Amino acid sequence: MSTVQIDKTIDVRGMACPGPLMNLIGAIRQGQVGQVFEVLSSDEGSKTDIPAWVAKAKHELVEVNQDSGYAHFIVRKAR
Amino acid sequence: MAAEVLILGGGVGGTIVANLVAKKSSGWAHVTVVDATGIHVYQPGFLYVAVGKEQPSALQRPETSLLRDDVSLVVDRAARVDTVARTVQLESGRTLPYDQLLLATGSRTVMDEVPGAKDAHDFYTMDGAVRLFEALKGFQGGTIVIGVAGIPYKCPPAPVEFVFLLDDYLRARGIREKSQIKLLSPLNRAFTIEATSKLVQPILAERGIELTGFFNVETVDSVAKTVSSLEGETMDYDLLVLVPPHRGQKVIEDSGLGDERGWVPVDKNTLKHTKFEHIWAVGDTTNIPISKSGSVAHYEASVAADAITAEVKGEAPPKHTYDGKVMCFLETGQGQATTIQFDYDHPPVSPTPARRWHWAKALFNKTYWHTVPQGRLP
Repeated sequence: MSTVQIDKTIDVRGMACPGPLMNLIGAIRQGQVGQVFEVLSSDEGSKTDIPAWVAKAKHELVEVNQDSGYAHFIVRKAR
Repeated sequence: MAAEVLILGGGVGGTIVANLVAKKSSGWAHVTVVDATGIHVYQPGFLYVAVGKEQPSALQRPETSLLRDDVSLVVDRAARVDTVARTVQLESGRTLPYDQLLLATGSRTVMDEVPGAKDAHDFYTMDGAVRLFEALKGFQGGTIVIGVAGIPYKCPPAPVEFVFLLDDYLRARGIREKSQIKLLSPLNRAFTIEATSKLVQPILAERGIELTGFFNVETVDSVAKTVSSLEGETMDYDLLVLVPPHRGQKVIEDSGLGDERGWVPVDKNTLKHTKFEHIWAVGDTTNIPISKSGSVAHYEASVAADAITAEVKGEAPPKHTYDGKVMCFLETGQGQATTIQFDYDHPPVSPTPARRWHWAKALFNKTYWHTVPQGRLP
């Protein structure tokens, strides 16, 4: 389990639209620099979408953990 | 004495719930709808108003024409909910009591949250759609940029549909060759759902519509005519169309019933408020991370109506809960469309775009008034 302090959890398991990454982008827009967001997603596409956007937008992917049927993505708003 | 069921908002969700509760409660409930204008607006039609294919008057009807006779309508704006006294104060100063309260107030657009975007166009309000069509009529060529300035927003397929309809419009006017259409997507593909993107992207390429991925609009410079993204890129435009940021209604925020953006936290299956008893929410109003659309409000409404009816009758909660069902159409231009259907347990599927889906959407838009608000379509 992660020891990172999570500021907001976005549980989008089973949600196809608007999609896990869209929800993360929405949360990051509203968040403060330094805040940490956790996304719980069962969508296979998240494994490529989320790391790719985090890199493009220059935020920080802290951790990715696989659970049964879904993954945890922990992202820090870096700027 | 009949229980007071109070419904805030006369949109799709509020109207269906009002009619179903009045019908199913067999006199156990008196239902009142509070709506700011008393006019029911079919919002999916804004897209067509923006390209001159629909008249605003065809998208509006008096709310009373859609409600059963035994449902009361109060034309006023809800100002504050008191969850202890179980009352709702209206802007006129009037106070209404409730035993069960449905929040169906929807979302509002807040373009002024985007620095510099005050004059950007949109098709998310009737006024915005009318103004956009006026601008398009005067457009003689150049670059039209369509971007997304906030998440979540109503009707996720709408920006993609708009660029296809815009392409049709510019071709019909004979100015397509003098125009560039650029779609800025928040994701690294055209649409949130990958399977649908795979259908749509080749059509975008075929029509010469330029797609730029990972461009979440952050600021606009209306003098230099540039738009910049959260990801750090900038693009020029001659005409800018933005999906504005959305948030919940002020009454939700002022009453402490929602999160920091005014979305109401509910259980994703029962639609019951997670913190307050006797309060339910449907449609755009909720914080469920699912598409904000009339389709979701429609499918949620029967669940909320059954739950409220059971409460007023003192019966056990119904087993029927919301399963995340969404069904919507996506116009791909040139008279064709596809559909998108899924629920919490079944991933989305979209058929190959065809004329029949375009006609199905057109038929649904026309028959809506006689079927959906009355709860006649399951």
